[in-house]
Amino acid sequence: MINRVVKNAEEAVKDITDNMTLLVGGFGLCGIPENCISALVKKGSKNLTCVSNNAGVDDFGLGLLLQSKQIKKMISSYVGENAEFERQMLSGELEVELIPQGTLATRCMAAGYGMPVIYTPAGVGTEVAIGKETRTFTYNGETKEYLMEHAFEADFAIVKAWKGDSAGNLIFRSTARNFNPMMAMAGKITIAEVEELVELGELDPDQIHTPGIYVHRIFQGENYEKRIEQVTVRKK
Amino acid sequence: MLDKNGIAKRIAKEVKDGMYVNLGIGIPTLVANFIPDGVNVVLQSENGILGMGPFPIEGEEDADLINAGKQTVTLLKGSSVFDSAMSFGMIRSQKVNLTILGAMEVSENGDIANWKIPGKMVKGMGGAMDLVASAKNIIVAMQHVNKAGESKLLPNCDLPLTGIRCVKKIVTELAVLDILPEGGFRLLERAPGVSVEQIKNATLGKLIIEGEIPEMIID
Repeated sequence: MINRVVKNAEEAVKDITDNMTLLVGGFGLCGIPENCISALVKKGSKNLTCVSNNAGVDDFGLGLLLQSKQIKKMISSYVGENAEFERQMLSGELEVELIPQGTLATRCMAAGYGMPVIYTPAGVGTEVAIGKETRTFTYNGETKEYLMEHAFEADFAIVKAWKGDSAGNLIFRSTARNFNPMMAMAGKITIAEVEELVELGELDPDQIHTPGIYVHRIFQGENYEKRIEQVTVRKK
Repeated sequence: MLDKNGIAKRIAKEVKDGMYVNLGIGIPTLVANFIPDGVNVVLQSENGILGMGPFPIEGEEDADLINAGKQTVTLLKGSSVFDSAMSFGMIRSQKVNLTILGAMEVSENGDIANWKIPGKMVKGMGGAMDLVASAKNIIVAMQHVNKAGESKLLPNCDLPLTGIRCVKKIVTELAVLDILPEGGFRLLERAPGVSVEQIKNATLGKLIIEGEIPEMIID
């Protein structure tokens, strides 16, 4: 079996250099590659373009790379939880492209499936459609306008999984799955950090979410904080 | 006049047995609290849940299990989790039957604006553009007027649009209205104690009033 294991986050991100485009998994702070983000802060690569559904919070997640001013451009669907992000955006330091969440997911999926474009109705008639090619299709008895959207072309994808093996196979847990599987499929080089790196044969092939062919580097992360953005509970 | 819970209660009556429903952040989330026993619905959360349950019991929250509002939630028996591409796949392919979301403005032809106030607030559209572009049945939960007292039911939206010609029904603190295919807000029900005159004064877009307008029944 091909071995995809690298020693740690530092080794995994060693060739992520200035001006690269990264796909970063996670929804809010759920399922984010904590170890790789910390390693990137340490490495100091600058002028990064990051594609991620959100931009973290001020002091966690991608917010850490914003604080250290390593991000030139963010492509996200929702950025409401980060004051430093807002400051950098309004002052013009940070370039921001907001795109519909389903478009974001599907542009990753398209890359992983080798399809250069998709057509989606999301954003038709809005400022998201400005400058984009549209076509009208009749499908399921409904005639609608669709926007052409391009598959992402990213130098690296950085994802977080629950379990993985040395062959790069990944299993995600609960809603920490979110964008991670399709981003894993979409990177020219994909780095996966996992909570638990298990022996070959321990993962049931029927249960694998991302086959190892999509994962070029894998390592077991450490000291996961797994911060919760909004703890909402009910009394016993 | 209805409070937020009142709006949610009235919308809950639109939720029918067997529906898969996506609830947006804010008042729409409250709708889940008022779905009657015996009406079996499955709540979809676009970050990847079908069969979302209530908030966890104190101490049992799981960082890996949140809803689209980033709140900790639980899974009901029979639920499933999946990735974001599949989540929007079931939205785009119209398997999700009903979308309930908030709005800053709605126009008389069904356009909706709810993601951006230029120069003031830019949080992003999240999944709203995907939802409104594909959902067959969209109900908007909103206040009839903004904090400055200006109508949010307009001839045309002033704010950047989220989607065009998509809203089917609106429930506000004053009224229930639907949007006619040829355009116009048709008044269906008045909130308790609210007169047609009050609704007229609070609606800037074309308001269509046909016959007696009944007071809504909530409980």
